[in-house]
Amino acid sequence: MPVACRMCGGPAVLKRPKTGDAVCKDCFFYAFENEVNYTITNGNLFKRGDRVAVGASGGKDSTVLAYILKLLNERHDYGIELILLSVDEGITGYRDDSLETVKRNQHQYDLPLKIVSYEDLYGWTMDAIVKQIGLKNNCTFCGVFRRQALDRGAMLLKANKIATGHNADDIAETVLMNVLRGDIARLRRCTAITTGAEGGLPRCKPLKYTYEKEIVMYAYFKKLDYFSTECIYSPNAYRGHARTYLKDLERIRPSSIIDLIHSGESLSIKKDVKMPVQGTCTRCGYISSNAICKACTLLEGLNKGLPKLAIGKSNKSRRLLDAASQSSDSTNEKTSPKEKKKDVTF
Amino acid sequence: MAESSQQHIDIHVEFSGGAELLFDKVKEHEVKLSHDNNPWTIRKLLVWIKENLLKERPELFVQEDTVRPGILILVNDADWELVGELEYEIQNKDRIIFISTLHGG
Ligand SMILES: [Zn+2]
Ligand SMILES: [Zn+2]
Repeated sequence: MPVACRMCGGPAVLKRPKTGDAVCKDCFFYAFENEVNYTITNGNLFKRGDRVAVGASGGKDSTVLAYILKLLNERHDYGIELILLSVDEGITGYRDDSLETVKRNQHQYDLPLKIVSYEDLYGWTMDAIVKQIGLKNNCTFCGVFRRQALDRGAMLLKANKIATGHNADDIAETVLMNVLRGDIARLRRCTAITTGAEGGLPRCKPLKYTYEKEIVMYAYFKKLDYFSTECIYSPNAYRGHARTYLKDLERIRPSSIIDLIHSGESLSIKKDVKMPVQGTCTRCGYISSNAICKACTLLEGLNKGLPKLAIGKSNKSRRLLDAASQSSDSTNEKTSPKEKKKDVTF
Repeated sequence: MAESSQQHIDIHVEFSGGAELLFDKVKEHEVKLSHDNNPWTIRKLLVWIKENLLKERPELFVQEDTVRPGILILVNDADWELVGELEYEIQNKDRIIFISTLHGG
């Protein structure tokens, strides 16, 4: 007594979270692909002739993204060029395996692949950074460095756009976290389907309205080759809580995810809320609301052997770093116990 | 009924999408369930898995009497939401697959 597909009457395999409809495999593929195509065309994500770097981690989202962009580009003749772009953070036993997956994807989807490493870009692997700073703030370093690494990799590839695999659950979670943190600037930016046009390359999220459940089911039914793991360094606990909360809500009311995205999109920011002014980093030219960007600040902290000073609010860490370089000639010494007292927490 | 109450059912259980990390990275398990008079449901299977297969951090797999939100279950390649979820009665030779959506890449 299988449930019948709402679209064709065949045997259903999936209850769609967005609509509650039961659908069969073929109708699911059809609907899933059409919806992503609609997101792309309705949001004007691509123009004919675009060279698009697809952020590829080997995980489910970016694997489905690469597969479906290739498929839709051929089916609907977008006329774009696709290149896989991976970031190697230098985490032994974590990124190694997922990069192998990306290398297989390169052949499976017949797309060129470029790998950029933290080591080449910054002179530091995440393993080395963790050795230096321990497990407390390593996600801060990794997150800031990754963002720039994609941009720099894409520029090396002469791409004019970046596509990332962020899905509806990711966006909803980010909306929630920005509300909880009162981060109004990010709250306004985080639901935009294309961001970062000023300075950095424009980034788009073709899977913005696609539920994680459907991405995983699509990958399963299409037998796509992806890699799933946990980062061996400490997970982001705050994000973890937000995700758990969302998943609990989704179970009770599946539309919660998309509703939260719509809430984020519809919020209007009061006129008197001070928004940061976007400029460019005087050191590396990357977009930044401060004279020196977060990545350069973190890097300076690492290279001076004072990585902890660089974590936290930009202005404060700038002052601490400047003070540190004046007070000591040797910039490469390890953090002394005295300096540890100045440790900035956030 | 010819079958005695000492019969068993054989099923295939699979963990993927990162869920296998909680099972010593073993993805596929051939499982024999002894058949008493009460039918095996997913609800009952979850308890059995927790007691017999799960190797670490049970809270990442089961919560209260159900699977942790974010882990999908497929019964013979169909969404468990279509077949009765926890109350689904497991049949001999069923393939039950648990896929985590919670792991990144
Ligand atoms: Zn159908
Ligand atoms: Zn910079």
